[in-house]
Amino acid sequence: MPTLTEAPPPPSPPAPEKKPPLRRGRWTPYWLLLPGVLWLIVFFAAPMIYQASTSVQTGSLEEGYKVTWHFATYWDALSEYWPQFLRSVAYAASATVLCLLLGYPLAYLIAFRAGRWRNLIMILVIAPFFTSFLIRTLAWKTILADGGPVVDVLNTLHVLDATGWLGWTSGDRVLATPLAVVCGLTYNFLPFMILPLYTSLERIDGRLHEAAGDLYAKPSTVFRKVTFPLSMPGVVSGTLLTFIPATGDYVNASLLGSADTGMIGNVIQSQFLRVLDYPTAAALSFILMAAILAMVTLYIRRSGTEDLV
Amino acid sequence: MQQYEPERLSPARAAAVRRSLRSGRAALTRRSLLRTATGGALAAGGLGALTGCGIPAAGKSEGGVPAEDHSKDEKQVRFSNWTEYMDVDDSGRRHPTLEAFTERTGVEVTYTEDINDNSEFFGKIQPQLAAGQETGRDIVVLTDWLAARLIRLGWVQKLDPANLPHAFANLSPQFRTPDWDPGRAYSYPWQGISAVIAYNKKALDGTEVTSVSDLLDDPKLKGRVGFLTEMRDTVGMMLLDMGKDPARFSDDDYDAAIDRLQKGVDRGQIRRFTGNDYTSDLSKGDLAACLAWAGDVVQLKADNPDIDFVIPDSGYVTSSDNMLIPNKARHKTNAERLIDYYYEPGPAAELAAYINFVCPVDGVKDDLAKLDEEAADNPLIIPDQAMQAKSHSFRSLSAEEETACEEKFAKLTGA
Repeated sequence: MPTLTEAPPPPSPPAPEKKPPLRRGRWTPYWLLLPGVLWLIVFFAAPMIYQASTSVQTGSLEEGYKVTWHFATYWDALSEYWPQFLRSVAYAASATVLCLLLGYPLAYLIAFRAGRWRNLIMILVIAPFFTSFLIRTLAWKTILADGGPVVDVLNTLHVLDATGWLGWTSGDRVLATPLAVVCGLTYNFLPFMILPLYTSLERIDGRLHEAAGDLYAKPSTVFRKVTFPLSMPGVVSGTLLTFIPATGDYVNASLLGSADTGMIGNVIQSQFLRVLDYPTAAALSFILMAAILAMVTLYIRRSGTEDLV
Repeated sequence: MQQYEPERLSPARAAAVRRSLRSGRAALTRRSLLRTATGGALAAGGLGALTGCGIPAAGKSEGGVPAEDHSKDEKQVRFSNWTEYMDVDDSGRRHPTLEAFTERTGVEVTYTEDINDNSEFFGKIQPQLAAGQETGRDIVVLTDWLAARLIRLGWVQKLDPANLPHAFANLSPQFRTPDWDPGRAYSYPWQGISAVIAYNKKALDGTEVTSVSDLLDDPKLKGRVGFLTEMRDTVGMMLLDMGKDPARFSDDDYDAAIDRLQKGVDRGQIRRFTGNDYTSDLSKGDLAACLAWAGDVVQLKADNPDIDFVIPDSGYVTSSDNMLIPNKARHKTNAERLIDYYYEPGPAAELAAYINFVCPVDGVKDDLAKLDEEAADNPLIIPDQAMQAKSHSFRSLSAEEETACEEKFAKLTGA
């Protein structure tokens, strides 16, 4: 008689444990973003808010500063220091153009013609950056010294008469003139122009040049119709990387310039540290930021490269 | 114009309005409500953050705020000074006068050269002092105007004369009664700094320079003249040249001095305003003549025989760097003992022989002559009677005056 004991269930292969499929945690992307976001909050957002607040405060060191929404500071700062703003933009723009004129041929050479010298030339471009910014700038005081070889040659060739007539230099010297400041800016920011230019030139397929040649394009036409348009992303990012820091620079103007070459960076520095007018200094910083942002936006729109930078 | 009156709407229109509120584009859904609320909260929070950012008033406190003095149980003192402002031995690492102090008193000195610029250093210690916290320093060395500001703000402690017998007895009369700290209740000078006219004989090429007016007016020096970015030295020398006393000048005198300098800038006579970097310009000859600090000139002269200096007949401006004990310093007594130590002729002479600034201690000449005969005879280091008579100091400025003066001067220098 069969017992009523239940038969043991047939040994079935143990069902694979139903693990939920390895889903990416919903929060993983946010965790990965966290360091970057924290960085931005601490070193960008917080100082920005602090400065924005400072710019609408009034008060003094003794009595403390309170937010009084004193927006007139902006207007006062702008009407007081617009010459320095204009000068900064003019110097930075000149330096950017010079950087482009000097940097483009060099980047072209490195990308297409340097062959086995490529790495060496790249190192030569970057090597000056292993020394400090200040030392590099001070070196220009020796290079351009009054009665030094450079100035002597320029004098003999009457170049300084021409630049003097244009108001870039005064007398037979280069130091302590606008020209010296622009030279310093150009030199100090040149690699920021060359590197992006090089990367975008280097990506151009050499066969495009051949194809253009096969279609009877002269070398100048090849450059105009093929190479230059394809290098536009490099030109745009190079000019931005040069122009933006050059506008706010104050080291070159204070070491190589004179009393009438002050840039907006010098004003902000002296307002913060010497005059102790924190609201004006903060307002000037914001005006500078807004001005650069506006100019850069316009520039990117005009050059039609929104998708390239 | 007809007023909007809801009752007057026809039933159909009223229904349409209701419908659009519930489900149209302007419908007040939960999401849009949340969005609006978040936006509003963010905006309000942003404004709140902006308003919350005010800088608190400087905690004013007469006589400074002492902390518990740990001088007895912690045998140390923390000394913040400018770079290259202390004697060093040949190895370049040890400071003989400080070591002698430690040997004698058993007080260990933590010596830090972390002051490069008055304004920058003020920015560095301001938050702690304003919040009434300790700065981690027992002695700081600051130039007159900043020392005056700290005293005005009540951020430094009153010194105990009982611990400063040598300092009291030996302080040179020239430094005894600055108007910002009469009787030296809060500060003692570390070194004096004189602004003089320095020139490069080769670059001058026979032109004679004896006054600030020569610097500004001689057409042969066009574009080869430098002034200092330190407002008190440049304007002080200008005031003296115009026959005014920098210790007692009016607003108009100040404006007149700035005006005269501005003309020099406009005519291209003044090449630039310099900090310490005039030294290289002067030895290269890019600057033919400039205002310079005496301590630098002593050094430059030793390196380059073409460099020399002249004291204008109208006089010169002397300022000083002063030792101060900030609020809440932990080792006040030790700090006072160290200040007093540098007013003994021996250590003072050793220091003067090394750093070549104006020695603020009287009766050092004999000790210095034993170490360095030339230095002892140099009126830039140990000023004689005639020198002391020509020395002037710049008066202290109120907070508003300071801002106004610095603003005008900043404009002059192109910043």
